[in-house]
Amino acid sequence: MLVEAIDIHKSYRAGDGQLSVLNGVSLELGEGETLALTGESGSGKSTLLHLLAALDTPDEGSIILDDKPLIGLDDVRRAEIRRQTIGLVFQQFNLIPALDVDANIAFQAKLAGRHDTTWQKELVGRLGLTELLSRYPEQLSGGQQQRVAIGRALAVRPRVLMVDEPTGNLDEASADAVMGLLLDLVSETNAGLLMVTHSTLLAGRLSRCQHLSGGRLE
Amino acid sequence: MNANVLSGLVMLLACSATVHAQGFAGLGTEAEGFTVPTPDRKFEFPQDHGAHPTYRIEWWYLTSNLKGDDGRNYGIQWTLFRSALAPTEQDGWQNPQLWMGHAGLTTPDKHFHAERLARGGIGQAGVSIEPFTAFIDDWSLKSLSPADDAFDNLSVTATGSDFSYRLSLKATGPLVLQGDQGYSVKSSAGQASYYYSQPFLEVSGTLKLPDGEVSVSGQGWLDREWSSQPLSETQTGWDWVSLHFDSGEKLMGFRLRDRQADPFTSATWIGSDGTPFPLSDGKLILTPLAQSKVEGRSVPTSWRVEVPEKSIDVQIAAVNPQSWMSVSFPYWEGPVSIKGSHSGVGYLEMTGYRPE
Amino acid sequence: MRRVALLALLAHWRRRPGQLATLLIGIALATALWSAVQAINVEARASYDRAATVLGPDRYETLSDPSGAIALETFIALRRGGWLVSPVLQGRFVSGDIPVQIVGLEMLTAPSGAVPITPASEGEINPLEMISSPGLGFAAPETIALLESSDNLPPLQPNEFVPPSQIVMDIGIAERLLDRQGQMSFLMVLPEQPLKQTALSEISPDLVLNSAEQQADLARLTNSFHLNLTAFGMLSFVVGLFIVHGAIGLAFEQRRGTFRTLRALGLPARDLMLILVIELLVLAMLAGAIGIAIGYAIAGALLPDVAATLDGLYGAQVPGILSFSPAWALAALAFAIFGALVAAGQGLWRVQSMPLLASAQSRAWATVSAVSLRRQAMVGAILIVAGIASIWLFDGLLAGFALLAGLLLGSALLLPAALATVLSIGASTSRNAEGQWFWADTRQQLPGLSLALMALLLALAANIGVSTMVGSFRLTFTGWLDQRLASELYVTVTNAAESDRFETWLNGRVDAVLPIISVDSEIEGITGEIYGVVDHETYRENWPILVSRQGVWDDLATGNSALINEQLAYREDLSVGDPVSLGPGWTLPVAGIYSDYGNPTGQVMVSLELLESRYPDRPRLSFGLRTDEPEALAATLRDEFGPDALRIVDQATIKNFSLRVFERTFTVTTALNVLTLSVAAFAMLTALLTLANLRLPQLAPVWALGMTRKRLMQLELLRSLALAALTFIFAVPVGLALAWSLLAVVNVEAFGWRLPMHVFPTQWLVLLLLALAAALIAAALPARRLARTGPASFLKVFAVER
Repeated sequence: MLVEAIDIHKSYRAGDGQLSVLNGVSLELGEGETLALTGESGSGKSTLLHLLAALDTPDEGSIILDDKPLIGLDDVRRAEIRRQTIGLVFQQFNLIPALDVDANIAFQAKLAGRHDTTWQKELVGRLGLTELLSRYPEQLSGGQQQRVAIGRALAVRPRVLMVDEPTGNLDEASADAVMGLLLDLVSETNAGLLMVTHSTLLAGRLSRCQHLSGGRLE
Repeated sequence: MNANVLSGLVMLLACSATVHAQGFAGLGTEAEGFTVPTPDRKFEFPQDHGAHPTYRIEWWYLTSNLKGDDGRNYGIQWTLFRSALAPTEQDGWQNPQLWMGHAGLTTPDKHFHAERLARGGIGQAGVSIEPFTAFIDDWSLKSLSPADDAFDNLSVTATGSDFSYRLSLKATGPLVLQGDQGYSVKSSAGQASYYYSQPFLEVSGTLKLPDGEVSVSGQGWLDREWSSQPLSETQTGWDWVSLHFDSGEKLMGFRLRDRQADPFTSATWIGSDGTPFPLSDGKLILTPLAQSKVEGRSVPTSWRVEVPEKSIDVQIAAVNPQSWMSVSFPYWEGPVSIKGSHSGVGYLEMTGYRPE
Repeated sequence: MRRVALLALLAHWRRRPGQLATLLIGIALATALWSAVQAINVEARASYDRAATVLGPDRYETLSDPSGAIALETFIALRRGGWLVSPVLQGRFVSGDIPVQIVGLEMLTAPSGAVPITPASEGEINPLEMISSPGLGFAAPETIALLESSDNLPPLQPNEFVPPSQIVMDIGIAERLLDRQGQMSFLMVLPEQPLKQTALSEISPDLVLNSAEQQADLARLTNSFHLNLTAFGMLSFVVGLFIVHGAIGLAFEQRRGTFRTLRALGLPARDLMLILVIELLVLAMLAGAIGIAIGYAIAGALLPDVAATLDGLYGAQVPGILSFSPAWALAALAFAIFGALVAAGQGLWRVQSMPLLASAQSRAWATVSAVSLRRQAMVGAILIVAGIASIWLFDGLLAGFALLAGLLLGSALLLPAALATVLSIGASTSRNAEGQWFWADTRQQLPGLSLALMALLLALAANIGVSTMVGSFRLTFTGWLDQRLASELYVTVTNAAESDRFETWLNGRVDAVLPIISVDSEIEGITGEIYGVVDHETYRENWPILVSRQGVWDDLATGNSALINEQLAYREDLSVGDPVSLGPGWTLPVAGIYSDYGNPTGQVMVSLELLESRYPDRPRLSFGLRTDEPEALAATLRDEFGPDALRIVDQATIKNFSLRVFERTFTVTTALNVLTLSVAAFAMLTALLTLANLRLPQLAPVWALGMTRKRLMQLELLRSLALAALTFIFAVPVGLALAWSLLAVVNVEAFGWRLPMHVFPTQWLVLLLLALAAALIAAALPARRLARTGPASFLKVFAVER
């Protein structure tokens, strides 16, 4: 099993009381599997994704990522898991503004110590970024930025690719094209894909779909 | 009458430039340790021409109305003041007697003045009796006659940075005792001084002015006065006149201004033979007629002088309204001309006028 | 509405008291530094003015007697001859074991300028007490403190007009204290004299009329010193502006959201501006007041050294006690407000022009494009060139300071571009992701940090420049002292009548007697000194000759040539072989030029025989004595001639004194250096704090992609260190150029001498460590905050709405 979450609870402090976001969520994701997480705005989709990506820790429950339990790991180990195992695509893309496209794509792979120039070149070609390599993030359109973010996430050949609302900032046609490409690349690398989306159309293209509501998965 | 200026010496030592609230120039202070004038003192000459160190203040005060060979009116003043910090005499720097000389020379359009200061006990200033000499630095008032008649024949000289004069004085009448046999009361509270004058002086000599020398001749008036506390605490200044009438008669009169009461006046009418006729408080009426702007102050430089008892009703006017003695403790002093019931010349002195 | 808006804006400070503190401290520090320098300048200038009005006895024409004393009788004779003179009796007096100078004056006749009594002290003085035993003395407060336990003096009254170590009293008290009854040291001649007076020869033919002590124009002399201080003040001003700019930028940046909301809720832009300006004014006044207090404390601490410097270098008496002047405080407050407004100008403009619906997301408030970086560098280069060109364009000190200003400002403007270039090279040579990101990210921080870094550059360059100058000066000066002060004892005969006996007496008792006579003369038309010296090995071996022709000493001994000091050579543009005019009808060729540090006037040396033949009446009063036992000889001399007939100074004392003066001269500069550096460090801190909050979106993805917070913190510290180190590297050449301008341009103009430049790399090392420490301290706080940032804060970056 690539990702295994058991009975996850998470709440945030909000004003005087606690806002309970996740109330015992469990899920599994196997190799080559693609899972869509849907739900209302504020249902806790992104929170769940951040917990699974080792960016945050649950109040209760356990998460096992690629056979390694995340609970109780220190900062250093969690950072290692993030760079070695996970590829992340943020809703806002969050490219590194100081680095050009080329360096942005190579960044995590280099950090993880497995930068593969051939693979990166292929990725860049397929994502249509060849002409943009020396540009900086602020000089790119939203669609271009998203393709760079996908390239950055895949360049490291992650075990799991986690994508947060990939179409939120795109028009439908470009979203469709990019998603096709993303699914192709995922299946080629045999990685697992976890995608948070509110688009049922997009969710339908994935192998499974789970709906988050009231802090629980349906 | 320049007790104020004299006493100012004390303050001068402390570099005070302020006029103190208590009496003009701090004069209204207690006469502790000093001898206080009493009535019925018999004057003795020539001793009384000299200094009286046990009294706080004393002066030798000469004024003179002169006419130049150029036809213009002139006035000169020569004064030696003594001010004692303590009622003692001793040789050397620790002598507590301080001396100050003032010299003034007034023309119708200019007024020259100079000031000298000296410590007693070292020979820089003082008064000797035989022969009579009052001096400070190179200034002097010297007698040329025997000590007993010292004021009969005098010569006076003073030099400033822009003027000088040398004059001979000849007495044509006797010494005149002011007030009650020389005991001159200054307030209703009884403050008093010893005061006598030689108002019958025939004067001739030379004035040296920036424009050249002028030969002059005219009349002079020499005052001698000493005391220890001539002012009461509320008296702020005075107006004083010495008048030579063409009739040969003279009038000395003053008005002491009081913060809390009417002015105190005193005067002596002097017959042409020298007989004094003292005029007590209220018998002299001094009324300002016109003010002049002098050094930022308003000063009455023209007066009406009335002595009904002697049928005197005259107006006096300054020869030069700007006769300002801008010295350590400034005051107004200059010649006047007289019109009215009598005519003649004289001198006016005014103290205690504050800047506006 | 406005009230509500104001409250909303002010609420920010309650939530962030630290930031409020930063802003206040920023403005306060800037004000403090600038106003401290101003206070010192104002105080010193005020004392010159006081000195000009209260001149003291030696500032008048005087009458003196060759025998050294004038009798009371002579004084009286003069007064009675119409001479307005006033006596002065001076003498040394030892109270306890503290030597003081007693100055006896006669207060009635003394010119008011010579009497140190202030109108304020008048009320407490009883004139009778002053003239009768035991008398009354006036002395500076520090002198009184020193003499506290002595009982053989009259009661003392503090008086700030009396120079240190001096007691002014009535002459009658002084003559008893000094046991010189009936004597006077000299007579002051009042400026205004009567129309006629008896001829001096008739009264006392022995008396000599001396012109007033040559009063060098203090204002002119000390100009260079104050110019130095003012330059430092301006430097602090600029550095301070950087801080204030940073602090205000931060405050504005963090409230962008609030601004936008207020605008959206209907507050007109003009009203928002008005509220912000009022807030700024209130803060500036508050901080300005704090700054004035700090500045006053700094100035108070530095003033004794400034006073010592001015006294040592120029003989200008400045009391070591600072008086509070409202004018100065007002100026400082005005500076605080002006500085705050200037620093806030950019922020205010942004608020004014901010579109209503702009994103509330913070943007770097000082983003600078590559184009403007290049433009700025161009301006910098032009400034440097203009600074250098000013050497030829202007004269005097102006050129020196234009050069300094051009160099400093130009290099500061060049710095960001230079740093950007270095960082690009770093990025392109580094292969791993971390390194690449480090360099690239550092370069991206430049716009936000450049102001702080420019401030640091200025502080470092000034530091290097000034310490190089001081070091060079010290090295040269000590060497010069050793050469110049070759005789073991220096004796001045105060009583001219004893001169011959003194010289005869010395015969055989010392290794060599080197008589020196000096006269004041018009040298090239300006009053200077001519010294006559004997031909002796001592001079040949030791005199600090800079350039000379062959056989210079033989030449001098024959009386056919003269030596001149460096100042004269610079002033009149004289070189060896040129003729120099030594007075009416007297010209000699220059045989050599010697260094003469610390002397403001031109000086010439000729052979003693020559000078004596031209001035046959001039007695020999000064002597250098060569001996192996200076102390024993000095003691014997005092016994033989009495304590007052000779003034004996031994070489060691002069050297010690000179070095002490020297050390204190630059204490102020050093202190200001350190202060400026700390201010620069503070500027960095505020800049880094400002950036810290903007950094989160930049750092969050790096963290998400697998870098630990600890590593991020380390890199933040490293970044600050790297920038400081790079800035330091740029500062070294700038500092050396600065030192060169100070030594070779400013010094020559200000003092008339040029110093060889020495470099002190170990000092740079210390300074580098200091700069790194400053950078580390500045970066520590934001870095620590970063390390403590919870994942939640990072995660917010990834959330849709922020």
